[in-house]
Amino acid sequence: MTIRFVRTNVFITLIGVAAAMLAACSGTASLRGTGDLAVIIERAAGTVAIVDTTHHRILAQVPGLGDTSHASVVFSRDERYAYVFGRDGGLTKVDLLAGRIDRRVVQAGNSIGGAISQDGRLIAVANYEPGGVKVFDADTLEQVADIPAVAADGTTSKVIGLVDAPGNRFVFSLYDAGETWIADLSRPSAPQLFKFTGIGRQPYDGLISEDGHYYIAGLFGEDGLAMLDMWNPNAGMRRILDHYGRGEEPLPVYKMPHLEGWAVAGGEAILPAVGRHEVLVVDMRTWREAARIPVYGQPVFAVARPDARQVWVNFAHPLNDTVQVIDLPSRRIVATLKPGKAVLHMEFSPRGEEIWVSVRDEDKVVVYDTATLREVATLPLDKPSGIFMTARAHRIGL
Amino acid sequence: MRSRFLLAAVVLTALGSVGVARADDPAGPRQRELLYLLVQDCGSCHGSTLKGGLGPPLLPRDLSGKPDEALVDAIIKGRPGTPMPPWGFELSEGEAAWLVQKMKQGLKK
Repeated sequence: MTIRFVRTNVFITLIGVAAAMLAACSGTASLRGTGDLAVIIERAAGTVAIVDTTHHRILAQVPGLGDTSHASVVFSRDERYAYVFGRDGGLTKVDLLAGRIDRRVVQAGNSIGGAISQDGRLIAVANYEPGGVKVFDADTLEQVADIPAVAADGTTSKVIGLVDAPGNRFVFSLYDAGETWIADLSRPSAPQLFKFTGIGRQPYDGLISEDGHYYIAGLFGEDGLAMLDMWNPNAGMRRILDHYGRGEEPLPVYKMPHLEGWAVAGGEAILPAVGRHEVLVVDMRTWREAARIPVYGQPVFAVARPDARQVWVNFAHPLNDTVQVIDLPSRRIVATLKPGKAVLHMEFSPRGEEIWVSVRDEDKVVVYDTATLREVATLPLDKPSGIFMTARAHRIGL
Repeated sequence: MRSRFLLAAVVLTALGSVGVARADDPAGPRQRELLYLLVQDCGSCHGSTLKGGLGPPLLPRDLSGKPDEALVDAIIKGRPGTPMPPWGFELSEGEAAWLVQKMKQGLKK
C-alpha cells in the first residue's frame, strides 16, 4: 500500500518534470516540428518573421537583428536554428521554436552572406569589410578561423558567392581581384586554401550545383561565367558562355542578378543574363548556350520549381512589379503576373505546390498555387525581402 | 490617392515659393519618394545605411571632398566601367543635386 503510493507519486513527479522540460525546450505548450517553417526577412525593421507555411500563418516576429537589408539565412541540420547573415556584419542564431535570438555576434563591418558546412558544425560568413571569410562554431558562434581575402597582387577584396561544398569545404570568389578560392576546413583551426586566379573581371555572385559538382561564378565586368569542376579542381576554372552578349552593348544594371536556385532539368541549366532582358539556357554536357529566352526585364532571380517544369523569374528596378513563369520543356512564357511593387524574392515550397513571393513596397508576401497560378494567401509583413524555408537545411549550396 | 499627393505637392510648392524650402527643391511627396529610392534601391548596392556594399560608401565623410557636380553627373549618367547605372531616366539633375545634399548632410536615423 505505502509502496504503491510512493511509486505513484514518483511517477506523477516524473511526468511533471518531463512536461516542464519539454515546455522549456520548445518554448511552447504544444510540441511541433520545424519542417514546414520559413524565415522571412523584414529588411527595414531589422526583424525576421517565423512563418508556418502549412497554415500561412506568422508565428513570431523576432526583432534586434541589426541591418537586415540583403540578409540571408542558412539552417542547422536539425532545422531548429536559423543563422541570419546581416548587412552590418551581424551573425544571428535564431531559435525557431522559441521564437527568439539564441546568440548574436557582430563579426565584421559589412557582410554579404554565408554558408553552413556539410557536417553542420561550422558557419562561414562572406565579408566586404574587412574583405574575407570568417568561420564560426555553429553551436557557440565562437570564431574558429579567419581567412582574409588578400589576392595574389596584395590587394584586399570583397568576398561574394560563398557556398558550402562536400568535404567540409567552402568555395567563394573575390570581387575586386577576380579569384575563386576553395577553403578546406577538415581541420577547422587550420584551413587549407586552393586558389584560382584570373577567373574574369568582377565576379558578382556564385553558386554550386545541387550535387556539389560544379561551382559557377557570374562575371559582371565581362560577358561570361567562370566554372570549376569540383570533382577535378586541378583542371582549373574554365570560362563558359563567353561573350554571350555577342558584342551588343549591355543595358545598365539596376539590380545585381542572383545566381541562387538555378534550374537544372534534363541536363540544362537556366541562368539570368546580366544587363539583358533574357535568361540563358546552358547545356551542362558541353557548357555551351542552348537557348536564350526573352523576358520582361533584367532578371534578378530565375528559380526552378523542384520538378523543374517551371522557372519563375523576377526583375530589376523599375520593372520589379512583375513575375514571369517559363514552361521549361517548351521554353515559353506561360504567365506574366503582377504581385505588386518591388518583388524581391521567391521561394518554392519543398515539393513545389506553392511559391512564396515577397513584395517589398506593398508590405506583403503573396503565396501562389503553382498549378493554377492563383493567389492562395497573403501575409502582411514589413518590407519583406528574403524568404527561406527550413528544407534548405538539407540541400548543398543553400 | 494621387490627387491627394498632387494637392500636397501644390501646397508644399506654394509654401516653398514663400521661402520655407529652396526654390529648386523637389516637392514634399517627391522628396519622400527620392529618399525611399535612395535607401531601398541605391541601398541595394551601397547599403541601406549607405555605408557601402558592392558599391562604395556614401556617408558624409566619404563625399565631403567631392564636388557636387561630379556626384550629380555620376548619378545621372552612371559610371562606365563600374556597375553604377545611369539614373537619368527617372531623376532630374535638380533631384540628383537634392539627393547629393541629403547624403552630404547624412541621413537621419
